[in-house]
Amino acid sequence: MKKINQLFYAAVISFLVVSCGSNTQKTEDNKTAQEEKTSQDPSSYDPKRGTGKFTKVDLGEKLDAKMAEEGKKVYDVKCSACHKLTDEKLVGPGWKGVSERRAPEWIMNFITNTDEMLNKDPELQAQLEICLVRMPNQSLSDEESRHLLEYMRQNDGVK
Amino acid sequence: MKKFNLFLIAISILTTVGLFSCKPKNAGNAVDGDAASKVYVAPGKYDEFYNFVSGGFSGQMSVYGLPSGRLFRVIPVFSVDPEKGYGYSEETKPMLNTSHGFVPWDDLHHVQMSKTNGDYDGKWAFGNANNTPRIARIDLKTFRTAEIIELPNSGGNHSSPFITENTEYVVAGTRFSVPTDDANGDVPISSYKENFKGTLSFISVGKEDGKLNLAFQIVCPGVNFDLSRAGKGKSHGWFFFSCYNTEQASTLQEVNASQRDKDFILALNWKKAEEYLKAGKGRKQSVKYAHNTYSDATHSATSEILTEVTVLDSKELKDICYFIPCPKSPHGCDVDPSGEYIVGSGKLAALIPVFSFDKIQSAISSKSFDGEFEGIPVIKYESALYGEVKKPGLGPLHTEFDDKGNAYTSFFVSSEVVKWNIKDLKVVDRVPTYYSVGHLCVSHGDTKNPKSKYLVAYNKITKDRYLPTGPELSQSAQLYDISGDKMQLILDFPTIGEPHYAQIISAELVKNISQKIYKIDENNHPYVSKGEKETKVTREGNKVHIYMTAIRSHLTPDNIEGVKIGDEVYFHVTNLEQDWDVPHGFAIKGASNAELLIMPGETSTLKWIPTKVGIYPMYCTDFCSALHQEMSGYVRVSPSGSNVPLSGVTGNTAPVPATK
Repeated sequence: MKKINQLFYAAVISFLVVSCGSNTQKTEDNKTAQEEKTSQDPSSYDPKRGTGKFTKVDLGEKLDAKMAEEGKKVYDVKCSACHKLTDEKLVGPGWKGVSERRAPEWIMNFITNTDEMLNKDPELQAQLEICLVRMPNQSLSDEESRHLLEYMRQNDGVK
Repeated sequence: MKKFNLFLIAISILTTVGLFSCKPKNAGNAVDGDAASKVYVAPGKYDEFYNFVSGGFSGQMSVYGLPSGRLFRVIPVFSVDPEKGYGYSEETKPMLNTSHGFVPWDDLHHVQMSKTNGDYDGKWAFGNANNTPRIARIDLKTFRTAEIIELPNSGGNHSSPFITENTEYVVAGTRFSVPTDDANGDVPISSYKENFKGTLSFISVGKEDGKLNLAFQIVCPGVNFDLSRAGKGKSHGWFFFSCYNTEQASTLQEVNASQRDKDFILALNWKKAEEYLKAGKGRKQSVKYAHNTYSDATHSATSEILTEVTVLDSKELKDICYFIPCPKSPHGCDVDPSGEYIVGSGKLAALIPVFSFDKIQSAISSKSFDGEFEGIPVIKYESALYGEVKKPGLGPLHTEFDDKGNAYTSFFVSSEVVKWNIKDLKVVDRVPTYYSVGHLCVSHGDTKNPKSKYLVAYNKITKDRYLPTGPELSQSAQLYDISGDKMQLILDFPTIGEPHYAQIISAELVKNISQKIYKIDENNHPYVSKGEKETKVTREGNKVHIYMTAIRSHLTPDNIEGVKIGDEVYFHVTNLEQDWDVPHGFAIKGASNAELLIMPGETSTLKWIPTKVGIYPMYCTDFCSALHQEMSGYVRVSPSGSNVPLSGVTGNTAPVPATK
């Protein structure tokens, strides 16, 4: 029995040594995107700008009609199923006034970095309690999201 | 970490107890204490390898992670799969078309990964249909079957889909010889010797697009072609096929095909065959075979019936084919990483002959022959033989290799894997399998650059390995760590169907190219709705087309009226989502086929023929959001001759007009 015990502890110890080594190694390689993000400091979140690649978006004084037209095409395919152009809520809130309520950087960050924004933005979290459907990331390019922003401005009466 | 430790201690106790249990030959004895840590892949972490495994009589291909043994996906290939709508949606039905019409099932035996410079390149996987002879190509970007080609002049497509070192060809040899398709097949079965032929098909593969083309067939004497492997390195340009039933028996093969002391390995010079083909030595033969292609642009398959194949005759065209005697009904026929050694495994033998490519070449040039078999020269056994592994075990089947000069052979009868050294032909190690191993594979084990990490044994008998599930059990795979001198059993895992060959490929080669969505902008399906604006319902005679969209969490249109008894209704559902892992499903009451499972940006079509008047609910079958239960709608079915106008709407404010 003594022998068995010794062997048993030896087995356990060698086991732990091996597994600890490989465990630390593994944490280093495939960290998921989710973990990467939640490990950042939450207090650094800027509710005005949101979080994402857009830090400064330059808007023209007047509407870029060409851009807005392109934006409408994107809206028809990827957004219209859930958002109306009025203030009526469908799946998500209506778009009326959105370009006045939100900074352009916030809008473009939310479109392109949807999941992280939903996880961090207090107002989006409040909105989620009402809509209960997380806005999908519709894989818009940077250009497409800029066009869409212009279309929102047009919808809000910018000429 | 604490919890993790406790878990490990628990596992250690279990395995250590196993070590000291009194029962001899208990499977627990074979497991060492550190096995758990070797196969433990923590939640959220990735496996190091993909294991693409044939599904045998399920007709599909399954994908596991190694070392965890976790099942990731079952790729539908040769059998319908109602879960994914494969073979049921209008788009995928043509994939299973053959010269015999729609065939909903087959038996997928072997898996091969595409190769560049003799190693896996992560582009495609190939599988064979054994019953109604076909070859399939699976695209590793989408894990979907991209192409299926039928093989004429074949029966029992077993020695396939083996691949040359730059995927120039996929090769398919017939297991059951049959009269060729253009001959009168209405002959006595006993006229095997006279009328039955064995054909070997060479299917070329497009370098960029992977497109399959039946380049030529070589017609050989009627025997059973069992397995094959391409030469590599110095033997690139050659192919080796094992054959049995050189007795040419057509009945009670169990006895009658096991009479001769030696059958053959066929050495085939395919570069030479290419030359003959170029010189116009082939005969155009009239045949019928299907070629089915799936397009990622239209999300639809098309099936084409082709009518001609070029055949080369092994008897007339000298120096393509040579037989090498091989003991007792050879099964596996495997080529080592250097390309010099060809391992024949006589499944009824108690030794393993190893042939030398160099010796085969000098035997051919010095005509060291032992007569002919059906017009093909037979090389003298000793002139081709490098040596024999003596008393390795009973019933050798398959061999793969590591990067240290060792070979690993499965033994069905003695139920073990035996490691032996190729140079000195000495047995180095042996481990039992539970029970009766058939195929085995080593990580990159059939390439020029094997990775000496894992070996999986695919066992033919499961018996008591898992909790019992009645008479029918899952199949049993076993994972061995082969990184050390001794092989170590570290995991059992159950598999679907009956796995035959499988391949283990580095995850790095595949995971980064995996596609996440179909881009809606690039969707060229003829019935796509790019946005809800494009949804509509139309009538063409008795055909009603419903252009529908799905997005979290509603269908548009979701109230459809004006469908009548006698109508054929086509739901063309486009998933508008553009994010990874948001499929939507679609089902309607009374549908006689299956559901649709539609990936983001994809369009799929379900055909529905209502037979009773009434209201029919339809809904999304794949949980998509908190409001998934609301993702539903109704179709009103009226009697034939009714004048309810055709319409489709969603919500009060978004009417979808019917158009003519």
